[in-house]
Amino acid sequence: MISKEEVQHIAQLARIRVDEKDVEKLQKNLSEILDYFNVLGEVDVSRVEPMTHSIALQNVSREDVARSKDLTLTQKLIDMFPAIREGFLKVKAIFSR
Amino acid sequence: MNTDLSIEDITKGLAEKRFSARELAKEFLDVAKKKDKDIHAFLNFTEDRALNQAEEIDKKISRGEKLGFLAGVPCSVKDAILVEGAPCTAGSKALEYYIAPYDATVVTKIKDAGAVIIGKTNMDEFGMGASTENSAFGPTKNPHDLTRVSGGSGGGASASVAAGECVIGLGEDTGGSIRLPSSFCGVVGLKPTYGAVSRNGVIALASSLDQVGPVAKTVKDAEILFNVIRGKDELDSTSVDYEIQDTKYKIQDLRIGVPKEYFSKGLDVEVEKIVRNAIEKFEYAGAKIQEMELPHTQYALAAYYIINTSEASANLARYDGMRYGLSVQEGSFLLDAYLDSRGGGLGTEVKRRIILGTYALSAGYYEAYYNKAQKVRTLLKQDFEKAFEKVDIIVGPVSPFLPFKIGERITDPLQMYLVDIYTVPVNLAGLPALSIPAGKVGDLPVGLHMIAPAFEEQRLFETGKLFEQL
Repeated sequence: MISKEEVQHIAQLARIRVDEKDVEKLQKNLSEILDYFNVLGEVDVSRVEPMTHSIALQNVSREDVARSKDLTLTQKLIDMFPAIREGFLKVKAIFSR
Repeated sequence: MNTDLSIEDITKGLAEKRFSARELAKEFLDVAKKKDKDIHAFLNFTEDRALNQAEEIDKKISRGEKLGFLAGVPCSVKDAILVEGAPCTAGSKALEYYIAPYDATVVTKIKDAGAVIIGKTNMDEFGMGASTENSAFGPTKNPHDLTRVSGGSGGGASASVAAGECVIGLGEDTGGSIRLPSSFCGVVGLKPTYGAVSRNGVIALASSLDQVGPVAKTVKDAEILFNVIRGKDELDSTSVDYEIQDTKYKIQDLRIGVPKEYFSKGLDVEVEKIVRNAIEKFEYAGAKIQEMELPHTQYALAAYYIINTSEASANLARYDGMRYGLSVQEGSFLLDAYLDSRGGGLGTEVKRRIILGTYALSAGYYEAYYNKAQKVRTLLKQDFEKAFEKVDIIVGPVSPFLPFKIGERITDPLQMYLVDIYTVPVNLAGLPALSIPAGKVGDLPVGLHMIAPAFEEQRLFETGKLFEQL
């Protein structure tokens, strides 16, 4: 069983605010689901390579050139910022004084 | 006007001037708005744009210009796919007021082919669910029984087509999100080969699994839509081009595999009866039916949910309230803004999966969960490769259950995950698969699942069309 402290810690890592009630519910749900995942313990994978993608593409590359000169798209994206100053995205303080 | 039309009906109707594209669009919009009071397949309608698109088609007709394959065809688009200028929420409060700043590549393609986009369809939040009950804006009801779910995550896409609110729909399938609701709503849904269709402009859930595909009433219409949207896109480095094998299949030459694992305990007896009956129809028509094994099937669901939640936890990190979407800025520090925006904007299942995925990827657990799941995935893929040496196509049920009652499974996440048991192996292996109506239990549709080797969509279409004739 995953502990309440672990749930709280993982939620913090995932940047999600959870309250006491959430933690209790998550503790129960996550424990059940993680138990279910344990079925994979039965499978012998000692000589198996992990599969990352189902089609084997490698090194897909392109010329390093700007594709869009369309500033209206840029402006649309900037207009969505919740806080803005002099055309820059404004964020809250990271450190306390 | 009857809205039970195929693409061909519309192409002919426009050519013979039985209706204009504008009249058609208006009619579908009226029907959709009326029916949607009960069904709730749409999150919003794009009426003005639809009518403008339709008028463009009419102008082309009057000038005698060549029309695209989808000219005038009313189409719905799942709300995980960006349509410029229209809201795009992915079923989440976090994106409730988000307006798409550009078109997804698939949207550009269907617009160029003349499709008339009438609205954006409902879905489980960010594609996480099998019933649309996880949509922040309320569930989509099954058009065949309003007390039951439409399936998910793309319940809106399939219900919109089933109810005659549009002719075709664009969906997106990570673990069954096109096929399951198509089975529940009694329409045709295709999950293409991984890489067949561009995902540029599509809101990502799990990037090694996600694939955009068509929903339609007939296999022929699904095929037309697939051929419009497929192909390599400079803006999606995982997309690929490949030749379509234009082979005609004779039913006498078809070798159909029936995996015993797809008929094990947990499968509803009524669903099994219809699927077995469909297989008998193939056999009666001359196809060779072969019992077979996919030995790692029982591990697919666990592997799938580890990979899905892990990749989702990374993909959904972007919803941090900083650049767009719901932003809660009440605290003093940046960390508060992150915690509050995500805590407030994301729904229960989404938070659960992000936290689960974060756990599975965290130090000390990566080997036991994500890496192990990726290895099991290799074994699943090998199961299919071996099977396809002996058979041309694999069939089985799409879902172990009939469309269930709204509220029946929503309180227990594992019960909801079990709905995906037959659809997820296909995504893990990157294969194409079709859900096609096979019969009904009372009013409730049951779909037949057909799986083909990678890049063999044409085999699915041909077999599907044969099945429609049986």
